[in-house]
Amino acid sequence: MNRNGPLSLLFHAFFVLFMLAPLLVIIWMSFTPESLLVLPTTRLSLRWFYAILNSRQFLDAFGFSIILGVLAATVAMLLAVPAALAVARHRFIGREAIIALFLSPLVIPHVVLGVAFLRFFTSAGVQGSFIGLLGSHVLVIFPYGLRLVLASLVNADPALERAALSLGASRWTLFRRLTLPLMIPGVAGGWVISFIQSFDEVTMTVFVATPSSMTLPVRMYHYIEESIDPLVASVSTVVIIGTFLLMLLVDRIYGLDRMLVGKGR
Amino acid sequence: MARRAPHFLLSLPALLLFATLLVTPLVMTVVLSLRLFDLDTGSIGGFTLQNYLDAIGDPYYHGIFGRTLGIAVVTTLICILLGAPEAYILSRMRSPWRSVFLIVCLSPLLISVVVRTLGWALLFGRNGVINQALGALGIGGGPIPLLYTHHGVVIALVHVALPFMVISVWASLQRLDPRVAHAAVSLGAGQFTMFRRVILPQIIPGILSGSLIVFAMAASAFATPAIIGGRQLKVVATATYDEFLGTLNWPLGAALAICLLVINATIMLTYNRVLERRYARFAS
Repeated sequence: MNRNGPLSLLFHAFFVLFMLAPLLVIIWMSFTPESLLVLPTTRLSLRWFYAILNSRQFLDAFGFSIILGVLAATVAMLLAVPAALAVARHRFIGREAIIALFLSPLVIPHVVLGVAFLRFFTSAGVQGSFIGLLGSHVLVIFPYGLRLVLASLVNADPALERAALSLGASRWTLFRRLTLPLMIPGVAGGWVISFIQSFDEVTMTVFVATPSSMTLPVRMYHYIEESIDPLVASVSTVVIIGTFLLMLLVDRIYGLDRMLVGKGR
Repeated sequence: MARRAPHFLLSLPALLLFATLLVTPLVMTVVLSLRLFDLDTGSIGGFTLQNYLDAIGDPYYHGIFGRTLGIAVVTTLICILLGAPEAYILSRMRSPWRSVFLIVCLSPLLISVVVRTLGWALLFGRNGVINQALGALGIGGGPIPLLYTHHGVVIALVHVALPFMVISVWASLQRLDPRVAHAAVSLGAGQFTMFRRVILPQIIPGILSGSLIVFAMAASAFATPAIIGGRQLKVVATATYDEFLGTLNWPLGAALAICLLVINATIMLTYNRVLERRYARFAS
């Protein structure tokens, strides 16, 4: 194959540096022994990581985000799996419209969704409640899970199913022995990506979160608005490392490049 | 195949969720944007188009829409200039490096936007890393202002949106037949001619659909312009937030949000139309 020339490799090095620079700076900064934002050059310290343990607001938000993410991803997948089964293999009137509707949260600006949820929850009397926040997260992350389950169903060879049926398998056996195993990587990968999307969401959540129901990114956003100090850098480092570990997990169960580049549309 | 129940029933629970939590709130927002807001009492009264007239006609909001679209256009152009060549370079790499660097370039996508933006805030500040490095090297006359500026917002938004451009161009490169490029080179075309005449025409649909995603993201971004741009450099998303949670003029905030939705949807639909018409032959 053609090799990349030196100019291409230089461009590539610049590109990778650009993509990683902000993350590396956060990680580096979070090991500072100083009480100000100074890059540590002579001495590293875990001081600001211990400080997280004494910060109620970040600990609470962290726990809240994890609970919300786990529940939202679970509910979203419970809804997405049957929906994917319905639209992947069968043709019916309105199928295209239903798929478009299910994927629409991907193209509606999250600010608009935030405004709409705030309006809806306020008039329904559930603004600031956990159930409202959970519902809004389920809706926003639904398309991500759906896409991965759909991809694993669509990429399967339909001849397999016909073969199973012609060999006398019942509908239920077919589902249990063939469709379900085919779906599992998509469902597991979809759950993890849904969790990550819920955990990361800020633009919509900032509208509906209240001080008693605040996710970690919203808490961090409000904190950064006031001041930036090494504490928020160390919290970010924990988030970066946690996300990295989840990525390794996705890579194992579904293939990270396959999920990121995505063929399920 | 005769079945007992129609298949679409399986999607019914999800449909109910979407009817309750997507369709109803959006309709309510449209209605809200048509309500009259009394500035003195803060109460919401009859129906009016005044909010839209304010959102479109008032020079203040005019400026905000102009700034938002300007930032989104520049961000999109930079993403094309950086993302398309990078996807091409990635596609020419050898086996282990290719997927390693593809993941390195794309994985920032999965890290919270607030975290990524914080990184740029640390780099940009008056005493931030970039200015300290320039000072240490003795380059430039004094600190370069990046925080609370247009360029700062654009750089951070490029970082947030760039992976989508790479994904999009990468996907169209995957559909390309490498033998065509080989044929061009063996017939005497230089690398540059081969790229311009063979590769580029085939990845243009990828660049266009990537631009669409990048533009939509940049035009509706909230956290990045809020943190890097600060109070002064308002965009539509941050202005909407301020109307809702600051001045509490909900009808006007709703009108701003609906305008953003309509602009985004219009650009997407026209773009899609153009894509389908001009590049139908590339669709696989």
